[in-house]
Amino acid sequence: MARTTISSMFGSSPVKPLQQHMAGVQECIVELVPFFEAVLEQDWKTAKAQQKKIARLEGAADKLKRNLRMQLPRSLFMPVSRRDLLEVLTMQDKIANKAKDIAGLITGRKMEFPDAVNDQLIAFVKRAIDASMQAQTAINELDELVETGFGGREVKLVQSMIKELDLIESDNDKLEVKIRGALFKLENDLPPVQVMFLYRVIDWIGELADLSQRVGSRLELMLAR
Amino acid sequence: MEFEITFLVMACIFGLFMAWGIGANDVANAMGTSVGSGAITIKQAVIIAAIFEFAGAYLAGGQVTKTIRKGIVDANLLSGTPDLLIYGMLAALLAAGIWLLVASRFGWPVSTTHTIVGAIVGFAAVGIGMDAVKWAKVGSIVMSWVVSPALAGIISYWLFRSVQKFILNKDDPFKYAKRYVPVYIFFTGFILALVTLFKGLKHIGLELSPVESYSIAILVGLIVMTIGIYFISKIKHDPNADKDFHFANVEKVFAVLMVVTACGMAFAHGSNDVANAIGPVAAVVSVVESGGEIGQKSALPSWVLLLGGGGIVAGLLMYGRRVITTVGKHITELTPSRGFACELAAATTVVLASGTGLPISTTHTLVGAVLGVGMARGIGALNLNVVRTIFLSWIVTLPAGAILSILFFFMFKGMFGG
Repeated sequence: MARTTISSMFGSSPVKPLQQHMAGVQECIVELVPFFEAVLEQDWKTAKAQQKKIARLEGAADKLKRNLRMQLPRSLFMPVSRRDLLEVLTMQDKIANKAKDIAGLITGRKMEFPDAVNDQLIAFVKRAIDASMQAQTAINELDELVETGFGGREVKLVQSMIKELDLIESDNDKLEVKIRGALFKLENDLPPVQVMFLYRVIDWIGELADLSQRVGSRLELMLAR
Repeated sequence: MEFEITFLVMACIFGLFMAWGIGANDVANAMGTSVGSGAITIKQAVIIAAIFEFAGAYLAGGQVTKTIRKGIVDANLLSGTPDLLIYGMLAALLAAGIWLLVASRFGWPVSTTHTIVGAIVGFAAVGIGMDAVKWAKVGSIVMSWVVSPALAGIISYWLFRSVQKFILNKDDPFKYAKRYVPVYIFFTGFILALVTLFKGLKHIGLELSPVESYSIAILVGLIVMTIGIYFISKIKHDPNADKDFHFANVEKVFAVLMVVTACGMAFAHGSNDVANAIGPVAAVVSVVESGGEIGQKSALPSWVLLLGGGGIVAGLLMYGRRVITTVGKHITELTPSRGFACELAAATTVVLASGTGLPISTTHTLVGAVLGVGMARGIGALNLNVVRTIFLSWIVTLPAGAILSILFFFMFKGMFGG
């Protein structure tokens, strides 16, 4: 039976798939905590297993991303702009990619971290994950936003969530400054190549929170239209 | 006049077939929104459609039938040759029926209304003469095809905006839903009753003054509202339901409203679309009954309306269930708070058109209404391609219906007129 006029009018909403993708991304990046714990104990067997898990979860999120992109033809009429939506998707995707890169780099080089920064490092990673979790909370409000037609109370709620996300990100920045300071004091006693890569890993963890913040700011653009 | 009985039987068979097709296919568009939003089950949809399609056809279907029957063709030109009108109307029915079969086979979004109007204009303009077509009337019908989706869109946009303002954006939407949904229910009952009373009931011997009509319409609105309030009061706030989606409880209240608008939609559809099938039948019947005279004055026999209503219900029962299921599955994005806005807007527009005697497409009107809610940022994703194919189908349907009906006209003329 051919679909009738009315039924063919409804495209599949991108909201649920976008939320599912973010959930997939979140599932991937929380694995960084056990990964870092294993690395700091130099337990490379566990670390490698964790790194594989992260890579697998990233692949799963990638699949969700591709599926969503495929179902967003230009002729679709949506309550949010297609560009903003794809942009959010890209940002979310980059979070998982970055997590995979971090785990890959550390495992590949069997990196060691100076004991003095261990605690700070775990706190730093956890804060970055907080940021992406907050981004996910905000993205999860998208269906409620569509329900209310992007109005009133719901918009305020999401705006407050995004504000919270900004706070977490700036908190994460502060942690980054601290950990860089600690490393700076030690760097003369460490092999230069190792130091170079330590800075890079710290950079990337900071980027995780940045990307989460950008998910939030894209969402904010959606509200504004 | 020879072949009187033959003409009558043919007209009835063709008309019944058209009505059957409308019941099997078009009703799904009208009812699918309710089923898709989860407000009613398939079984309930079929029952509601059967009752209200029939009621709409019988109570409010007269005006549009009149237009199809004698508003498009200038029958005065045919006073000497009444059989031409019979051939033409039979040809139009057959042409429309066949074109709709072809179109539904290919899944084209053609409208029954556009097909039958194209077919009647076709046989009249070519078979009889350009003068035989009341072009002014045809012009206003075509205008109404543009106006009706636009009007429905505007109404649904503002309806949905009002829902946002008064209910969804409040701190306690559930409380406000319980307070305001009965108002929408009243409005639905009131509008449908009013338009029906103003235009429809003469043929069952009921003539009312405007004051009486308003009073009865208010009464109907109040009765429906009371029933609605009763069902709404039974809905308890379930905190678990709101965990994933904060508006689950609110939507439950709207589901009650949507049952009412579904009835309204079925009624509106019956009041407008049944005429496509029985208008031509009525024309044939009136010529035959008056013994070959073009009876401009003769009233529409009630049994013809019953025939149309019965045909729609038969099609619905035999085939419509499956189509409604298909439609319902594809539009789960439409929650009751949007679905009602679409249906109420479309039903209001269609019933207004029915009252004015304008044959419009219920489906296209509903498409306009859905777009209206989309404009209010209320729907996840809409396929704009459909709107384009609808415009394309207009361009194809009118000549297709016309050409087929011209062919059949000359065929009948050759068969019976020789």
